[in-house]
Amino acid sequence: MKSGVGEALLEIRGLKTHFQTDDGMVQAVDGVDLTIARGETVGVVGESGCGKTVTAMSILKLVPMPPGRIVAGQILWQGRDLVPLPPEAMNDIRSKQIAIVFQEPMTSLNPVYTVGEQIAEVIRRHEGLGRRAALNKTTEMLRLVQIPNPQRRVHDYPHQFSGGMRQRVMIAMALSCDPKLLIADEPTTALDVTIQAQILELLHDMKSRFGMAVMLITHAMGVVAETAQRVVVMYAGKVIEEAPVAQLFGQPRHPYTRGLIRSIPRIDRAAANRSRLETIGGVVPSLLRPPPGCRFAARCPHVMAKCRDASPPLLEVGRGHKVACVLEQPEAVQ
Amino acid sequence: MGRSRPVSPAFEAWRRFRRHPLALVSAAVLLMMIAAIVLGPTLWPVAINDIDFSARLKGPSWAHPFGTDDLGQDLLARMLYGGRISLAVGLAAMAVAILVGTLIGAVAGMSRSWLGSALMWLTDLFLSLPQLPLLLLVIYLFRDFLKGLFGPEGGVFILIVAVIGGLRWMPVARLVRAQFLSLREKEFVEAARALGASKSRQVVRHILPNALGPVIVAGTIDVAAAIIAESTLSFLGLGFPPDIPTWGRILYDAKDYLDIAPHWAMFPGAAIFLAVLTINFIGDGLRDALDPRKVM
Amino acid sequence: MGSYLLRRLLIAIPSLLGISVVLFAVLALAPGDPFEELATNPAVPPEVRTALRTKFGLDDPIAVRYVRWLVAMLGGDWGFSFVSRIDVGALIMQRLPTTLFVIGSSQLLAILIALPVGIYAATRPYSLFDQIANAFAFVGFSLPTFFTGLLFILVFSIWLDWLPFVYRSDISATGWQWYLEHARQAIMPIAVLALFQAASLTRYVRSAMLDVIRLDYVTTARAKGLGERVVILKHVVRNALIPVVTLVALQMPAIFGGAIITEQIFRIPGIGSLLISSILANDTPVVMAVTFVFACLVVIFNLIADILYGWLDPRITFA
Repeated sequence: MKSGVGEALLEIRGLKTHFQTDDGMVQAVDGVDLTIARGETVGVVGESGCGKTVTAMSILKLVPMPPGRIVAGQILWQGRDLVPLPPEAMNDIRSKQIAIVFQEPMTSLNPVYTVGEQIAEVIRRHEGLGRRAALNKTTEMLRLVQIPNPQRRVHDYPHQFSGGMRQRVMIAMALSCDPKLLIADEPTTALDVTIQAQILELLHDMKSRFGMAVMLITHAMGVVAETAQRVVVMYAGKVIEEAPVAQLFGQPRHPYTRGLIRSIPRIDRAAANRSRLETIGGVVPSLLRPPPGCRFAARCPHVMAKCRDASPPLLEVGRGHKVACVLEQPEAVQ
Repeated sequence: MGRSRPVSPAFEAWRRFRRHPLALVSAAVLLMMIAAIVLGPTLWPVAINDIDFSARLKGPSWAHPFGTDDLGQDLLARMLYGGRISLAVGLAAMAVAILVGTLIGAVAGMSRSWLGSALMWLTDLFLSLPQLPLLLLVIYLFRDFLKGLFGPEGGVFILIVAVIGGLRWMPVARLVRAQFLSLREKEFVEAARALGASKSRQVVRHILPNALGPVIVAGTIDVAAAIIAESTLSFLGLGFPPDIPTWGRILYDAKDYLDIAPHWAMFPGAAIFLAVLTINFIGDGLRDALDPRKVM
Repeated sequence: MGSYLLRRLLIAIPSLLGISVVLFAVLALAPGDPFEELATNPAVPPEVRTALRTKFGLDDPIAVRYVRWLVAMLGGDWGFSFVSRIDVGALIMQRLPTTLFVIGSSQLLAILIALPVGIYAATRPYSLFDQIANAFAFVGFSLPTFFTGLLFILVFSIWLDWLPFVYRSDISATGWQWYLEHARQAIMPIAVLALFQAASLTRYVRSAMLDVIRLDYVTTARAKGLGERVVILKHVVRNALIPVVTLVALQMPAIFGGAIITEQIFRIPGIGSLLISSILANDTPVVMAVTFVFACLVVIFNLIADILYGWLDPRITFA
């Protein structure tokens, strides 16, 4: 299955990650297909709770496994299935092949070790460098992410950095072993608006320097429009649309995607029309006992009887454009 | 299609408590002990000070299920009597600790002035006091005086309850204050305030019921601690007068006869242990039932 | 760090003063005459008693008495024992090392037991090991120390005759024999205290570990490809230790209580048994001095805990 830019690096097929809770089995991710090619930036969008973070955590098997479990599916990394991989092999992949940056920079760093120690730790683990060499490389990485005065700052503790700086540190840490894929899970959500732009700019710079593939998870459509080459839209644990970025914003096919795009506040339009902010009525269905049919049925303005029968499969409707909607099925190209 | 029955917080708490087998078993055992202590003397009408030298230091038998001491007195009867004292002291001391602690904690929690900090400083100060030495000191200094006022048993009872309770209110005060500090800013309190509720009404009707959870847990642990404190005092010979057979006192008498009559020490010791153990398990179950967010 | 230490020291001083006020208040409010013991002693004529009263300023206003008492206490002038006429300070110094030795060793033993058990139980919560460890912990801190002590004596001294149950600080032996004898008699009291402490400490270690394990930076550590062992031992334990250290120091007052009891049971000549015997003998100066010493020890240990906390948590050292 080719997606355009390069060979497939990561192929997720039919991933299902469920969580055992007191009230029952929560089907957080329920049949997700996703592909990322070498050097590609894929944006994964959807509202809170749609399963984007769980998908990302499942890739690196960071989901807490007592309540969580990957119950089905394959995660193929360069052809190798990660799901049955034992922990030792998984540890070789983490941060070396696939790295991740989390949402909350304020709590993602260990408060009792210096920033330099925490970055050097990764480098020594994967690159086998000695203390001094690792420290030098660490300082270099800090300089790359534009932390001023890196030789001194490398010996500082996380609490001596601001939120934006800490996120830079996290990015430096993630990229220090030159991974092929960087997963950025809402990297700017917890930061001020002005810092958000800086961090996105930084990610862009790092991408041109290192050339890694990026899986950018966010709920902000505006961010995706600027940075991604391809977009995957998730809803209630499933992928409901996937397209190259221009096509997604130009011709969104799924009613949910259309609703998402329409709901982006547009200063120019609103000022002209004085119209209200568009919303999608209703709420996300419970993932404990999801409805049998399409999960968007309850909120869809075009819902039909057929929608409630079975969950529509993700089918290709154009070049690289896939949709999971009954409305689009007659046009489906098998 | 699912009907959701509205569940009260109390029922939810009971559901969570039910999930702890140890807590449930402990509750049953403790209830049996309390029943035995309360009903015992009517079901086992043997005098506690029937001296019978012919039966001294005998092990358990049908006539004396727990054996006898060096004066031939029946241990089961003495222990049932002593149990009442231990229970009374435990509950009374817990009440003192909870009352004082809640009062101080509530005032400190609601206060926005120097009073709050002053009270907390006082609490920290009391927390630094070495408990057992201070307990011993106060008993040493005030025992005769109170005996004169309230009679030997009454005086010692008041003294022990006051001092044990007086040294255990601090954790309660801290808990209550912490709860008040966080609850008084919550929206439902603001709503009450906006509706014109007076400060005391806010406290009593809105904040206090929500703060009670940890207080109940602390109270449970306090009963166990009070029982241990009282038996410790009696064991050291500084508790109730010698003719009152509290469990600690029985141990005090028994400790010199360990080699020839171990049963004499084992029964009261085991009783104290069992009472404290069951209370601790119940307290643990309650903690999870009333405040499930805390990972224990 | 320096300013933090200074602040903690400055807080310790009012603490000590506060405790001294409480102690003195208790003494001053107590009915009866601290010198009534002497009244019954025919060797002390009434004039001497009156002179003593004036010397000790018993008729001065209470504030003056407090200051004089405090100055005397801090200066080490603790008077003379009514019973033995020995200088109280010397008496306490003679017996303090034994108490410190027993408390110190039992704490060490407790930590050596509680740390590994608590850490391991936290990595496998609700497993069989965890449940058994938890049950043992409950049993451990529900057993009153005096009962455990008696049980130990019953089993190890009376039935098995392995260990002596009376402590003698003067053992007529040399070299290895001396150490062995000391160890033999010290094991039981130390074990009694250690068991009690280890029980509650295990639960706290487990609880602190569980609080840390679910934090974000632990996930980050795993995402770095470090093995679970390294994640736990290097990242989790280091953070979980911080509240545990504070707790150990805060529990000091309770440990002293336990030491008093074990000294009584095993007849160890420490300041705990001194307190009891002087209470029973109505020896007020000794009682006051020992209580004061206990209070000072608590303040000192709290200070040590603060220092350790400041050292372990860089957020305090590099504020």
